[in-house]
Amino acid sequence: MHELPITQSILEIALRHANGHRITDVYLVIGDLASVVDDSVQFYWEILTKDTPAEGSRLHFKRVPAELQCMNCARKFRFNGEGLVCPDCGSVGVKVLSGEEFYMEAIEVADRTEDDVGS
Amino acid sequence: MTKRVPVVEKLLSANDRLAQENRARLDEAGVFAVNLMASPGAGKTSLIEQTLPRLTERLRVAVVDGDIATSIDADRAAQAGAVASVQINTGGECHLDAVMLHQALGQLDLGQIDLLLVENVGNLVCPATFALGTHKSVLIASVPEGDDKPYKYPGMYRGVDALVINKIDLLPYIPFDMDYFRRGVEALNPGLVTFPLSCKTGEGLDAWIEWLLHNLTPTTRPPDH
Repeated sequence: MHELPITQSILEIALRHANGHRITDVYLVIGDLASVVDDSVQFYWEILTKDTPAEGSRLHFKRVPAELQCMNCARKFRFNGEGLVCPDCGSVGVKVLSGEEFYMEAIEVADRTEDDVGS
Repeated sequence: MTKRVPVVEKLLSANDRLAQENRARLDEAGVFAVNLMASPGAGKTSLIEQTLPRLTERLRVAVVDGDIATSIDADRAAQAGAVASVQINTGGECHLDAVMLHQALGQLDLGQIDLLLVENVGNLVCPATFALGTHKSVLIASVPEGDDKPYKYPGMYRGVDALVINKIDLLPYIPFDMDYFRRGVEALNPGLVTFPLSCKTGEGLDAWIEWLLHNLTPTTRPPDH
């Protein structure tokens, strides 16, 4: 539901790191516990990048599964979307091992800056 | 030819930076700010209405109100005794973010405020993701929502500093298992301070008011009378 401001933030970060170069690829790492819809980000990306050095670039989503560990019986399990309850002992005391990632790993840029293109 | 540029930056870093700016601005002016979050209808505005008259003799309280549309809530806050109230209409956004609070702070005379109550948009998912720069985050749950909400919205319950459980006057009429509810809360946010109360009867409100007063930073604490 908040993909628009997230996508704006992604573009701001990418442009800052691109340093004037044309951006070809953007690599995102997003845990399954972060409530973000990839398709929706992609949709906004195509609109927001128009007339910027990121126009036409590809977004790559590396999804990290949510791994949880029960603090009662130490069982490790994957989040099934149904609440954070241990499938073995039913305890709700779980530790999140992974799944909360929410960052940009890298971008790929063209070797030459925008100004060089065609010169 | 392309080259890879490592970034490793949080996707909401811009929001987080602005939230830090908001915090610095509040601290400088000696304003203690609380972010109130809840689902629609849990009683955010009612809690503000009950809180204001209990504080306005001792503190200057302002309210920032986030809603998708209308200024009903800001008007209610003004009537209840807020020294200032700012309505933010998010125009469809499901949460407040640091930019919106930043704009609202610009409309307030912070030097004339001791406590700022920020009423977030009614939603149990998105507001948890966006830091505002407030000092404390408070979740208002209410009995009619059901006792399973901690299990269904863990992100919200994990991120708050206090939990108000509103509408306890309805407990005799609603199948709400308080032990089950509290077990979920305790697992997600061990030791979380909770305030079972009723905005309708006034029961339990004193403890909530005490908590607010206790948490005011020393610079904003009113002089002893």
